[in-house]
Amino acid sequence: MTKSLKALGHELTESEKQLKLLTQAGLTPFHQKLDDSGLFPLQPTQMDIFQINVGKMCNQVCKHCHVDAGPDRKEIMTRETMSLCLEAIQKSGAHTVDLTGGAPEMNPDFRWFVEELSLLGKKIIVRCNLTIIVANKKYHDLPEFFKKHQIEVVSSLPYFSAVKTDSQRGEGVFERSIRALKMLNEVGYGVANSGLILNLVYNPSGAFLPPSQEELELEFKRKLKDRYDIVFNQLFAITNLPVSRYLHYLVNSGNYEGYMEKLVEAYNPMAAANVMCRNTISVSWDGYLYDCDFNQMLDLKVACKSTHLSDFNNEDLLNRNIIINQHCYGCTAGAGSSCGGTTA
Amino acid sequence: MKTYYDPEDLKKFGKISEFQPELGKKFFDYYGHVFKEGALTAREKALIAVAVAHAVQCPYCIDAYTVDCMEKGCDEEQIMESVHVAAAIRGGASLVHGVQMMNKYKELSM
Repeated sequence: MTKSLKALGHELTESEKQLKLLTQAGLTPFHQKLDDSGLFPLQPTQMDIFQINVGKMCNQVCKHCHVDAGPDRKEIMTRETMSLCLEAIQKSGAHTVDLTGGAPEMNPDFRWFVEELSLLGKKIIVRCNLTIIVANKKYHDLPEFFKKHQIEVVSSLPYFSAVKTDSQRGEGVFERSIRALKMLNEVGYGVANSGLILNLVYNPSGAFLPPSQEELELEFKRKLKDRYDIVFNQLFAITNLPVSRYLHYLVNSGNYEGYMEKLVEAYNPMAAANVMCRNTISVSWDGYLYDCDFNQMLDLKVACKSTHLSDFNNEDLLNRNIIINQHCYGCTAGAGSSCGGTTA
Repeated sequence: MKTYYDPEDLKKFGKISEFQPELGKKFFDYYGHVFKEGALTAREKALIAVAVAHAVQCPYCIDAYTVDCMEKGCDEEQIMESVHVAAAIRGGASLVHGVQMMNKYKELSM
């Protein structure tokens, strides 16, 4: 795949079509499972993390991408919307700002935004796809820029081999990711006692659930060190959610029903209690507010008056009921899944 | 029934207890314990299981333990190596009997 589903004019770009498919499967409704666990209606616990999607443009077209990001996506957050973010972050009391995309670094105002965020004294996370660092000369200094602002870097690397990484993220991505990881290590990222955090994200290259995060982290550390002399801090094992391109993959490969059944069977109440939507708010490139990045891609805005940064109201948001649907089973299966890894 | 093997039957494995609940329960309790983390990791056990599945040529087990291996972080190379272990033992088991054949051959030869 070299184009986004949107560029291909695929019907699964429409959130209604995705939601119809998800609810048609005849599986136990997610709200029923939550109710059985005493968690329905699901509500926020606090506002810790402000996750901002600064745009859908990306230099990669990964097969599992729930954002349907790619070079052909032009939706980009403006500096004006970023300013609204800065105001809302101060009102929210969130301690962490999590920047995602697309490739967030491709937003022309990315560096300005990070500098402004630094002044707020918040912990900043950038979800860097690694290859952007080596994609163009103008990005080669990103490791230094991240270091300057003490940014926590979170990067996807589905496996320590080229075959599995490239099958999910595109040809040559593994080799470029290794080069970028070396550049991050060189400035101190992932190196013990440097204070510069480099966390990696594993997600399955196919229709199966992730393995134990702890065991996999040990294996990743051993293999990346032995083969490439690369070090990192933590590995987050994330489950693929049936949204957008991953949903498209499941349907096309004949794995949709089996995967959904697996997610439902693996429902874990402990994971459900700790889902990330309870302490995170997700902001889209155009300033709308969502319970999470997945709801954002399904166009399910928060169920309260404060649906946009321009009328951000922390209390209103904290009292909302979180919108759930069948895709939420992805966050509650097995050991649970969030942008910070397992939850149970 | 059109075929001897139906992939849907794998999900019904637990139903063998219908005809003999007591033994079925004992088996599944035992089965569950065998695959728990122990002196061997659950991952090592999954690799042994997929190898044995090939040795006993059980399509249900091959499906189930291929998925299990993937969900325990094994890649295609590791899973295939475990299949080769099964193949080597099966092949070796045939060939080692060649000694018996040679013994008999020599016994009857001048």
